[in-house]
Amino acid sequence: MSAVAHKLEPAATALSVDRVAMHFGGLVAISDMTFSVGEGEIVSLIGPNGAGKTTAFNIVTGFLTPTQGEVSYRGLNLRGMKPQAIADLGLIRTFQRTSVFPNDTVFDNVMIGLHRRGRVGVLPSVLGLPRVRRLEAALKDKAAELIDYVGLGRRAHDLAGSLSYGEQRLVGVALALAAEPSMLLLDEPVSGMNASETHTFVELIRKVRDRGIAILLVEHDMPMVMSVSDRIVVLNYGRIIAEGPPDVIRNDPAVIEAYLGQGVKHA
Amino acid sequence: MRLILSILAIAALASVPLWLSDPYLLNALITTGIFVIGAMSLNLLLGFTGQLSLGHIAFFGIGAYVSALTSLGFDVGLPFGIRIVHEPWSPLAGFVMAVLVSALCGYLVGRLSFRVRGAYFVIVTISFAEVVRLVALNWVELTQGPLALTNIPPMSVGLPGLGEFIFRTKLHNYYLVLGVAVACYLLIARLVRSHVGRAMRGLMENETLAVSIGIDVTKTLTLAAVVSAGICGAAGSLYAHYIKIIDPEVFAFINTVTMVIMVVAGGKGSLAGPVVGGLIFGLMPVALRPVMAPEAQWIAYGAALIVILFIMPRGIVPALTQWMPRLRRVRRPSFSKRGIEESA
Repeated sequence: MSAVAHKLEPAATALSVDRVAMHFGGLVAISDMTFSVGEGEIVSLIGPNGAGKTTAFNIVTGFLTPTQGEVSYRGLNLRGMKPQAIADLGLIRTFQRTSVFPNDTVFDNVMIGLHRRGRVGVLPSVLGLPRVRRLEAALKDKAAELIDYVGLGRRAHDLAGSLSYGEQRLVGVALALAAEPSMLLLDEPVSGMNASETHTFVELIRKVRDRGIAILLVEHDMPMVMSVSDRIVVLNYGRIIAEGPPDVIRNDPAVIEAYLGQGVKHA
Repeated sequence: MRLILSILAIAALASVPLWLSDPYLLNALITTGIFVIGAMSLNLLLGFTGQLSLGHIAFFGIGAYVSALTSLGFDVGLPFGIRIVHEPWSPLAGFVMAVLVSALCGYLVGRLSFRVRGAYFVIVTISFAEVVRLVALNWVELTQGPLALTNIPPMSVGLPGLGEFIFRTKLHNYYLVLGVAVACYLLIARLVRSHVGRAMRGLMENETLAVSIGIDVTKTLTLAAVVSAGICGAAGSLYAHYIKIIDPEVFAFINTVTMVIMVVAGGKGSLAGPVVGGLIFGLMPVALRPVMAPEAQWIAYGAALIVILFIMPRGIVPALTQWMPRLRRVRRPSFSKRGIEESA
């Protein structure tokens, strides 16, 4: 368990990343990372490109096994667990670029996303038993409800690959929500969105959190991060350089030097 | 609309023996039908999971040999002085054994090769087919090797109260193949429309995303391989009991290629694709035979394939459904209009 994190948040810890290091051969992507996310909390992980944010995501969701350190979710150590086993714990992520099944409609995308809820034996589904039919009907209702929830109702029968970038991100969130997360990890969800799309997305994130779902966010859009986060963890060169609520981070000299200073220049 | 089309197609196929009495043509239809079943099973892997099995004929051949040996009986010696003597069982038991053993082989091949996919799976399946062919060729005591297994009994079914029905004639076998083909078609259709089918589609389109929402890759792909191999084994069993003689040539690579052509030309990932492609490419040699020299037939065969794929790169059936939009949207799930209209 993390020694640093607990005094900061009152809520019970959902995700805890404890002294994690990740080496790819000689390259150190993450040298030492410790942070936690409380139940129902929105935490953002920020840092310049190459700081190790996506690597951290891949470690938490089981796509990578850390060289050192432990990740635990609700007290359960995730070491050695496969991605789909971690998904079964309710830890669901979205992706930066490939967030949809492009050749299926939005509706079918969400139906695929409902996989975890629709698991019945192969034989009953092939035979089309009544209980399977009832379950399928319930899943269809659920899919329509989720599509509505993220605001894509009018696009339900369009191919996901034909949607705009911002809309595809919303499909990604609907897919993730379909997997019944207790915690959602969003990898740069608003990159490529315009201001009004970003605003809608922030509303959506808040709505999701109000369902009691904890959120870990990786994002470059600073105004968005500042407005939505309960806490921010700042990474640079694979190590945490600051952690705290948005107001503290905004004024932290180390963060300004490492991140915001550069960000302003690029903008 | 699709349902009506399917019923019409089945009715048309069922009526064929009523107006076609030529035994040569009926024979061509039966063997084509058997290969269509094989192509359907290949389509389950290639079209719905994106995995190309270039040794698919192995499952067909295993089904044929298992079915033949189960119904003929055998007596083989194994190392350490063990002897296995098997008394002949009924051909129906042979059919069941063929499905089970082929499915088991599908499971083993799937487990072995789905850890790394793509080209690796292609190579494993090719090697598997070759190894099985060599076993069939060289384990003479069991398989008679190149001398072939002969006198395989025709398929028979025990009907309660009516005694044994034996599929002796071409007519009987035609309806047997048609029945099994329809059953396999329905099985595949149900499977790909179930949650398992959705998982397969997800894996084919975006594997990383599929894994992240909790889809188990190895399990899903192995399941597809098991069902696919089992169906292909069933086709092999029908083949053995219809032709009544099988030799290791059944494992020839060209047979797999034929099935791949049927699937790709007809439209992979479409349920009717392998049926349409299979009928075209299975019957084409028969149709060309009276009008062309054998060499020209093969050229025409290749030319037809190129033309079809040039005009319809995704295959015949997907192209047709695209041209006739009425066919396309009908199978959409009855969408909960309530939710959609509210948002609109």
